[in-house]
Amino acid sequence: MAERNPPQSVTLNVNGTSETLEVDTRVTLLDALRDHLNLTGTKKGCDHGQCGACTVMVNGRRINSCLTLAVMHEGDEITTIEGIGTPEAPSDMQRAFVTCDGFQCGYCTPGQVMSGTAVLEEFRQGWPSHVSKDLTGNADFNDEELAERMSGNLCRCSAYPGIRQAITSVATKTKEAAE
Amino acid sequence: MTDMFRMDKPQPRLFDETVQGVIGKPLDRPEGLLKVTGRAPYAAEVPEANMVHGVLVRSTITRGRLTGIDKSALEGLSGILGVIRSPEFVRNSAQGMANEAPIQPEDHVAYFGQPMALVVAETFEAARDGAHRLRLSYETEHAEIDPTTTSEIDTKPDSFGDLDSAMAQADVTIDQKYSTPGQVSAAMEPHASIAWWEGDNVTLRGSYQMLRFNRNELADSLGIDPENVRILSPYVGGGFGSKLGIGSEAVAAAIAARELGRPVRVVMSRQHVFDMVLRRSETHQRLRLAAKADGTLLGIGHEDRVSNLPGEEFSEPTAMATHFMYGGENRLYNHEIARIHRTPSGSVRAPGEAVGMLALESAMDELAEVAGIDPVELRLRNLPEKHPEKGVPFSSRRFEDCLREGAKEFGWENRTPTASRREGDWFIGCGMSGAGRANMLVPSEARVTLEGDRAIVETDMTDIGTGSYAILTQIAAELLGLPMDRVETRLGDTRFPGASGSGGSVGAGSSGSSVFLAAKKIRARLAEAMGCAEEDLTLQDGIARSGNIQKPLSELAATAMTEEGGIKPGAMGKEFFQAGFGAHFVEIGVNAITGEARVRRMLGVFSAGRILNEKTATSQCIGGMVWGLGAALTEELQHDPRTGGIVSRDLANYHVASHADVPMIDVRLLPERDDQANPMQAKGIGELGISGAGAAVTNAIYNACGVRIRDFPATPDKIIAGLEALGR
Amino acid sequence: MRPFDYHRATDLDDASGHLNASTQIIAGGTNLLDLMKLQVMTPQQLVDINRIDGLDRIEPEGEGLRIGALVPNSDLAGDERIRRNYPVLSRALLAGASGQLRNKATTGGNLLQRTRCPYFYETAMPCNKRDPGTGCAARGGATRMNAVLGVSEHCIAAHPSDMAVGMRVLGAEVEIRRADGSHTRKTLDELYSLPGERPDIETTLSPDDIITAVILPAPVAPSVQSYRKVRDRASYAFALVSVAAVVQVEGGKITRADLAFGGIASRPWRDPAVEAMLVGETPSIDLFRAAGKRLVAAAETQPGNAFKLPMVRRTLAGVLAEATGLSEPTTGTDNVGEIA
Repeated sequence: MAERNPPQSVTLNVNGTSETLEVDTRVTLLDALRDHLNLTGTKKGCDHGQCGACTVMVNGRRINSCLTLAVMHEGDEITTIEGIGTPEAPSDMQRAFVTCDGFQCGYCTPGQVMSGTAVLEEFRQGWPSHVSKDLTGNADFNDEELAERMSGNLCRCSAYPGIRQAITSVATKTKEAAE
Repeated sequence: MTDMFRMDKPQPRLFDETVQGVIGKPLDRPEGLLKVTGRAPYAAEVPEANMVHGVLVRSTITRGRLTGIDKSALEGLSGILGVIRSPEFVRNSAQGMANEAPIQPEDHVAYFGQPMALVVAETFEAARDGAHRLRLSYETEHAEIDPTTTSEIDTKPDSFGDLDSAMAQADVTIDQKYSTPGQVSAAMEPHASIAWWEGDNVTLRGSYQMLRFNRNELADSLGIDPENVRILSPYVGGGFGSKLGIGSEAVAAAIAARELGRPVRVVMSRQHVFDMVLRRSETHQRLRLAAKADGTLLGIGHEDRVSNLPGEEFSEPTAMATHFMYGGENRLYNHEIARIHRTPSGSVRAPGEAVGMLALESAMDELAEVAGIDPVELRLRNLPEKHPEKGVPFSSRRFEDCLREGAKEFGWENRTPTASRREGDWFIGCGMSGAGRANMLVPSEARVTLEGDRAIVETDMTDIGTGSYAILTQIAAELLGLPMDRVETRLGDTRFPGASGSGGSVGAGSSGSSVFLAAKKIRARLAEAMGCAEEDLTLQDGIARSGNIQKPLSELAATAMTEEGGIKPGAMGKEFFQAGFGAHFVEIGVNAITGEARVRRMLGVFSAGRILNEKTATSQCIGGMVWGLGAALTEELQHDPRTGGIVSRDLANYHVASHADVPMIDVRLLPERDDQANPMQAKGIGELGISGAGAAVTNAIYNACGVRIRDFPATPDKIIAGLEALGR
Repeated sequence: MRPFDYHRATDLDDASGHLNASTQIIAGGTNLLDLMKLQVMTPQQLVDINRIDGLDRIEPEGEGLRIGALVPNSDLAGDERIRRNYPVLSRALLAGASGQLRNKATTGGNLLQRTRCPYFYETAMPCNKRDPGTGCAARGGATRMNAVLGVSEHCIAAHPSDMAVGMRVLGAEVEIRRADGSHTRKTLDELYSLPGERPDIETTLSPDDIITAVILPAPVAPSVQSYRKVRDRASYAFALVSVAAVVQVEGGKITRADLAFGGIASRPWRDPAVEAMLVGETPSIDLFRAAGKRLVAAAETQPGNAFKLPMVRRTLAGVLAEATGLSEPTTGTDNVGEIA
């Protein structure tokens, strides 16, 4: 019977470090990060993919870490908020969140930062969104597009305007640097 | 004991004299980098050695008695340590400032979703599985769950003058019913506690707003001395009222830790947060306005029915702001509390104003329409000279300026007549409302230590996202003449002096004043050390100056100076009515086909005394305004009509606003000093932004398409029904 | 979540060999794990098919496209060919869930998402879909998200997928690998069962069948395609009502009006009679209103979801007006030109 199934071994590459864990098959990637690797920057807000606080990048793409199992990620490259920057050396996005007050309580914030970071890459790659006027070209970077793409990250403090100001300031800076 | 300064007299404006230049500035939050890098530790995130995991089990009947617990389904599951159940378990979270245990119901069940037991296991996964499998048996009793039909209703009438006569004599009247659904705080961090015992002492790492009270509540729940309880809440992932009082997860964690002799962590699932944490009551309201032809109010009637469990003290104070917003001699209230068996209700951000102002400000809009007066002008014509019921003067009130300056900045004069502006499929319209929220002072204490040119602030105040770390640091830095990075603020530990806590928008004024008073005592000692009068002392960037003498603080405070400050309410709170005011302006699009409403622009202009940090104050206002937007358009608790249980018990079914619902929001804060409020001249701002905001949204919907929404929220189905009734 | 064994399948044979009535395939997992956490679903084994080669490609197939079952929703929505030739599918995908979920959710898994009826999720109350024979708590309950078409006495659950509505309007077929290694294809009409007496049986798949791909037929070109979703929040919410349309107009007459609907039915909904009454006609608002009336003629509403009738009628009329040029196209309505 499966009532006492044995733990399974899985090796994750988390923020550039290889981590081998023995986990119950039921352990989500989120709980593996928080409870097994003590990387508590990734937050649990709903555990059902309904808030975005648990957003991490797996092989370069943002996902909800609460809705995937640790054992499914053998060999995957996981980037968490801890891999984006530190208080001593924050990323541009993290610094912009502080400047724009893109948070209040701070609980959804790591997820917002992860999504904001990933969204800029999605724009760069020309991904369309629900509000894109024309599907065949690359979407413009504007607040409506950004808001739609960030909507998988809820913020009950409702720091939305500051969050989008922060992401926009990084996008603008990146664009200027490229030109 | 700290000597408590009583707020009996208007206070001098010391912050207008100090020169450090940090107070009021839009400074970054000192803890900001910890939060954006994921390093700020929240309640569930500091594991204790040997810690185990508990998951709560809820009742699946509405009312009755627990008769048995069947653990057989847990047999053979690995890692299960036990099913914990104790007469000390609490029925629901304590109400704000209860300061004593919530009801401990033993075997009685009073609502669907009540916490009944705790399954503890070596791992979270095992505990969650065990909690799902545990079978409870009950004897059920009949339960009334519908507030509109229930038999048990408490009634609290109140009146001034004769409203019926005023209605009869008035040139124009409004008599309408409004309803708002239940709502929840839905803080992003679910309620979480880690408890462990050392001898007779329990430590709880929790997520709480008011530690001074929470400590007593937990002690009372456990039947122990508060001296034996320590609570730590340095970071709180949002509260909005839901973490005001000690909750079932904290009590269960403490009991389980005691029984098992190991640290226990209990984190509520999101669904359990809906089931077990206090909701905001639904309301049914009747608004009557009696006015002369020129719009001057002769009377206001605001009757309401809210609900709560039998025995709960709290009831949503729906008409709170109606008492003071507008004039009119004849006033009538009737507050009804329907006693029903649903998840009990309690404080959710801006209890009273959040829902009462939806009705009052909608009714004012309807009056403006009927009387043919501009809605801004109607409000300007009804500003009372004094508090219309208490007869006391307002301390400071820039409501008129908020209305006028907001209208100007928004371009209110460009508003078009009802249902006359169309862009493609979208009706476009504008709406506005007033905002008001009473200001209060709650006893609060803090300790400030100056050692050399560094200061430490300590208080059990919390920062639930409001900006306490920022403003308390600014207050100490400003008064002690130190740059921000020379002041460290330590919060969220009951070993520090007891603060007001975060709730009712009292935190900044109350705990800020305690820090102010402690720092001011240090200023006095520095003046003494400098041999000058306190008013001749200037402190800036670590240097003390008096006349032509100047000395570094590193020398003056080479030996640490520690002072405690405390404040409590006094005559000023009785002799004056204190409140923050504001005005909201909204432009909205309503889809003529699908009935979807999307806010396009939103401006809030507020006056709330001295602003301590323009950046965090603005964020608080934006937050409140978005809550208003959510109340107007999306937020709604749905209850099962048979059990009363909450059906929309997750974040997919309970719709808080998402990014796409929220445009870039404009906030303007008008300069103001409230000398009667506290020594800083600051008033509460955390709840002002929500007051009236939702009504500005639905008033804009009316202007856009002619559909008046009186049953909140204005979901597409209701707008379609309205459009079809108009033949649109 | 109950304990389960986890098997990472190496190929389809291996996966197939592990499938039976008490196991579940896991691909994206975004709905399965959600339901397992609540013990709405309690498989004894998960068979992870994510590492099976060849299921994550979008390839030409005849004049159409073959979309591997593991293609993530984001990739499908963003694929140049889909955006150009099947924009209604891109739009449907982009209207669903969130960026994070679309990165994880797969083409095959999305088709098999289960209902969001709150009573299916509420294990303390009866549900014929979750526990056959226990009853339907949704009847007499909170029914805002429930269906009005294709319902039965035993179940009023709505199918929640946006993507499947886009697939259905395009006439997509599902490629299924049988346990014996053979392949078969089903239209979505053949794939999805109506609830009837057994709402727990949602498809005509066997437990050991594996969806390997979705086949899109040749693009309808030129055409106007549209996906319109009405929901309670501007984003990140399930449909109250959604309408997908692929429309052709020639010489002032409607020559094609393929329509599919979400949010209102037990499965992605098509009604040939509604389409037939449009084809050959001159576009007019009156005609579109009549089509909407026809669509909901057999609807069974609850007090909590009766609003879906006017909502879907209006939305359909709006979509058809845009698709036939009676009104200006808005975001969500796209032109597909002649295929070069």
